[in-house]
Amino acid sequence: MNRKFTGDNVFKILAAVIAASAVVILIVTAYTLVSGSVPVLQRFGLGFFAGTQWNPVEGREIFGALPYVLGTLVTSGIALLIGVPLSIGIAVFLVEMAPKALRVPIAYLVELLAAVPSVIYGLWGLFVFRFWIQNYIEIPVSNSLGWLPIFSGTPFGLDVLTAGIILAIMIIPTVASISKEVIGAVPNSIREGAYSIGATKWEVIRHWVLSYGRSGIFGAVILGLGRAVGETMAVTMVIGNTIGPAAIPTSLFKPSQTMSSLIANGFLESTASLEKSAYIGVGLFLLLLSLIINIAAHVMVTRVLKVKGGAVE
Amino acid sequence: MKTAYTIVIAIVAIAIIAGGIVSYSFLSQPATSPSPSPTATPTQTPTTNPTVAPTAVTLTGAGATFPYPLLSSVITQYVNDVKPNVQVNYQAIGSGGGISALKGKTIDFAGSDAPLSASDMADVPNALHIPETIGAVTVAYNLPDVPTGLHLTGQVIADIFQGTITKWNDPAIQSLNSDLTLPDKDILVVHRSDSSGTTFIFTGYLTAVSSAWDTAVGQGKSVAWPVGIGSSGNTGVASVVTGQSYTIGYVELAYALQNSMTVAAIQNPAGNYVLPTLEATTQAAQSMASAGLPTGAESWANVNILNAPDAQAYPIVSFSYLLVYKELNVVPGMTEAKATELVQFLWYVVHDGQQLASGLEYAPLPANVVQLNEATIQSITFNGQQLPTS
Repeated sequence: MNRKFTGDNVFKILAAVIAASAVVILIVTAYTLVSGSVPVLQRFGLGFFAGTQWNPVEGREIFGALPYVLGTLVTSGIALLIGVPLSIGIAVFLVEMAPKALRVPIAYLVELLAAVPSVIYGLWGLFVFRFWIQNYIEIPVSNSLGWLPIFSGTPFGLDVLTAGIILAIMIIPTVASISKEVIGAVPNSIREGAYSIGATKWEVIRHWVLSYGRSGIFGAVILGLGRAVGETMAVTMVIGNTIGPAAIPTSLFKPSQTMSSLIANGFLESTASLEKSAYIGVGLFLLLLSLIINIAAHVMVTRVLKVKGGAVE
Repeated sequence: MKTAYTIVIAIVAIAIIAGGIVSYSFLSQPATSPSPSPTATPTQTPTTNPTVAPTAVTLTGAGATFPYPLLSSVITQYVNDVKPNVQVNYQAIGSGGGISALKGKTIDFAGSDAPLSASDMADVPNALHIPETIGAVTVAYNLPDVPTGLHLTGQVIADIFQGTITKWNDPAIQSLNSDLTLPDKDILVVHRSDSSGTTFIFTGYLTAVSSAWDTAVGQGKSVAWPVGIGSSGNTGVASVVTGQSYTIGYVELAYALQNSMTVAAIQNPAGNYVLPTLEATTQAAQSMASAGLPTGAESWANVNILNAPDAQAYPIVSFSYLLVYKELNVVPGMTEAKATELVQFLWYVVHDGQQLASGLEYAPLPANVVQLNEATIQSITFNGQQLPTS
């Protein structure tokens, strides 16, 4: 019962302060966003969420955030659709198949992708990558399947598809390296047991390894989604930044805009208080969306996946 | 139990620290803002020859990004060659940020691409406008078969950016360019996605020349573009226009010149098709200034130098301003010595500084605007007292 001010106690308090500061920062951020967006919410109410018009011109102000919420969801969805299979493939290859000599250098290179600043991805996307997408994917697809609404529009290379692919590249290092750790942590006894009952390598990976690591991989995907939703610079440079109803992502080949790129584009120079408040309001939606994603992920991992994973075990 | 106790302590500790920071930043705001900078204090301690050593002064400005390359060159030359005892900091945070900082009195001068609006003028009636350089907006295009020589009128440009004209060989464009063969291709419109002074000038021009544009879109630093794709910055627009055939966009003159972009000649009110050049830009300012501009202390909210009447003037032109307080004692930490240095720096910017302009692809101020600025700068006071300009 020695309640002296020992090093242990000091460390404990220090650690608790640091941990609590994360909570405090979140609360302060949320408070700033809520109080900052009060004017725009008062003026437009629910219309701010459901509206599609966005006009910052003095005297004609109208702000609706829906197109940008959709833009964020669609580009992030494309990023997951492309990025997650690739990431899991990389992780499986590194843990289950790659010769030892390749394992470390490849893992290192994949993680190096995460160190590239997003503005570099954006510049590369704008000056190089968009032409590849435009010439080798969009123009051929548009010529043959342009009648499908999802492929309509002028193939420009600055659109939802390019933004989604750039985002996919950006989330691969996160998802792949965590999945690698998760798969690496699957006990060898499970693999041995599976092989011993005559499973092929594919069956072992598909039915035992990935099932066992399911919740961990799902966590990795959520971290990747978090990055995709919040990514700003690279997306701003390749998404085409349309405004108002034109920003609703109705086709892969049409430009759009995400919440974060909208804020990046307009917030700095906004002077009128209602306009500023509108950008802060979009920031609030972005925070809420991230929160919902994280909570949903948590629920999924604890309630749904673990039970099934347990059944496989 | 023990953990809960620790957490409570932690939260209290943070609250105290945060409260301390907040109250400190509130209390110290006027004092810390601009002036008692570390460079200013040493001179207050007696030196060996106090009469000779000039007072070290730091002037702080912030605002528009457009004049930044020019201002930073002028500042470098001023500090190195003219006033080694003066430091000038200009932060290119955007016009809006500059105006907010001026209102907050946290800076000594602001840069803005747009004049103070009527409501801003009501907030800071003491502010002076000093046009320090001239911006022009070019209409750049990419037509593989028409490397140069496209002629456009304001009305046609407005219709293109509004989506009313959608094909390059539209009769409205073809009739202005009877010597050119225009392709039967969709026009791809590129505009700025970020909020910018360039957009403000360009949409101001479209508003002035087209009532349809005025009704549907209007003027702003960012507007609800009816068509086209947005790209960030002059660089972004330029890269899309140069990289993609059949595009049209607008970029700042200095940027277009530095990158040798293909730009359209635009019809001015005299009926001539004028290519954007530094001379045609200065010409526009010159002719508008001789037609009459407000004094520095009056409101400039309605000033625009678009569509200047001169035969050789380029029509899409605008001033970029430095904003200062007329009576400088309202700025916390301002001293007579510092106010004098500020006045002399401003004087330098509109005189010797202009010689740097054309080398950097900025249009130099015409003589009549310089004269106007001289009167404005001479009217600046500290505690009601005029300050020497040299």
